[in-house]
Amino acid sequence: MWSELFLTPFLAGLCLAVLLPLVGCYLRLRDEWLAALAYSHVAAGGALLAMLAGLLPQAGGLLAAAAAGLGKQALLGRLPGGALFPLLLLAGWACSMLVAVNHPLAERVGSALFDGQLYFADARQLLWLFAGSAICLLVLRRLSASLLLSQLYPDHFRLRGERVWPVHGGFDLLAALALALATTTLGVMATFALVFVPPWLAFRRARSWRRSLSLAVAIGVGGYIAAFALALWLDQPFGPVLGLLMVLFGLS
Amino acid sequence: MTQPLLCLTGLVAGWQVPATRPVDLAVAAGRIVGLTGANGAGKSTLLAAIAGRARVFCGQLEKKPDLRIGLQTQDVPPLSGLPLSGRDLLALTAASADGLPPWLADCLDRRLDRLSGGQRHYLALWAVLQAPAELLLLDEPTNNLDAQGVRHLAQALRTRADAGCGILLISHDAGFVNGVCDEVIVVEAPDVV
Repeated sequence: MWSELFLTPFLAGLCLAVLLPLVGCYLRLRDEWLAALAYSHVAAGGALLAMLAGLLPQAGGLLAAAAAGLGKQALLGRLPGGALFPLLLLAGWACSMLVAVNHPLAERVGSALFDGQLYFADARQLLWLFAGSAICLLVLRRLSASLLLSQLYPDHFRLRGERVWPVHGGFDLLAALALALATTTLGVMATFALVFVPPWLAFRRARSWRRSLSLAVAIGVGGYIAAFALALWLDQPFGPVLGLLMVLFGLS
Repeated sequence: MTQPLLCLTGLVAGWQVPATRPVDLAVAAGRIVGLTGANGAGKSTLLAAIAGRARVFCGQLEKKPDLRIGLQTQDVPPLSGLPLSGRDLLALTAASADGLPPWLADCLDRRLDRLSGGQRHYLALWAVLQAPAELLLLDEPTNNLDAQGVRHLAQALRTRADAGCGILLISHDAGFVNGVCDEVIVVEAPDVV
């Protein structure tokens, strides 16, 4: 497992196993957990469209997710009733499927995006993931108190004459980019498993906000390491093994 | 007399349409002003207009420049299912735990969604009451509080006002308003005109 062949993919996934549960905690705080699936599908669609255009799929995925994150505030007013994320999810999925069906190479890439391609992560991707995760963690730490405050006391910023849109917009962009980064490495459903299950369990059990963040990371990292080892040992794809483990964690 | 923190002159507030009669009032530093009146008189709408949430239809609303305002509404913060302790909440608004009654100080490390309604309400109120602010707007602060809680709140408000904070509060509890406020203004329902 620790041979060079697997060490780089393992470390690449480990960066995301730390980052995704934390992003998931703030998505759950805002009651936006469906964003995990929506941004992942948009990133997958963007990656496939970029491939058709002869561009780097990863760049397409990041750009599409960033556009969705940045456009969220503008779209929210037009799409009341919590319809934004389901519609983004449908749009991303439909684009991905149509591109995959009508382009022979896209079918393989599309399948890799949805199933995950962790074992193909190379040193350059690890470097990107490490830098991206570190930046996301720093930004998240800076936004944390403001995100909590705006959720609990929505009038706070207006009363103090402070602008709240950089907080919301900054987090939307961060979440979209983190999820796009994760989707192109772990795949759509493994990303969703790490964003949804650890915060869901941590929110039920932790006694304070800080403890819930620590517990979510512990569950995410523990589940990731166990899934990575099990998938290698049983010679099974990583994504479904992680998904099943997370379901078992949820039921325990 | 020092310049008031807040001054309303003939202010008519509402949402889509006017919902109050013209109101005149002033809140100076160190003073507690109470607003009472029948349900539907527009007391909460008036507070919302001062906070910038509701519309001002006519009259004047003047605030001291760079005034820091704290607002407590009747909407309970959405705490259900969130792993937030009382200590987390006070840290968020930079409110001090000094002066909390013992029956709340002992609960600071427990999750807010596992406290009683009264404990949760008072902690959410305390987070606003003790946050750095020069003017406090409180909408029905005695809701969900028992007699012991109401007595403690009255003392806490007086201490805050003595420290130089101006307070404008709405309450249907006439005894509380008359006991704690320096001035009481009765807001009449618009249809009384």
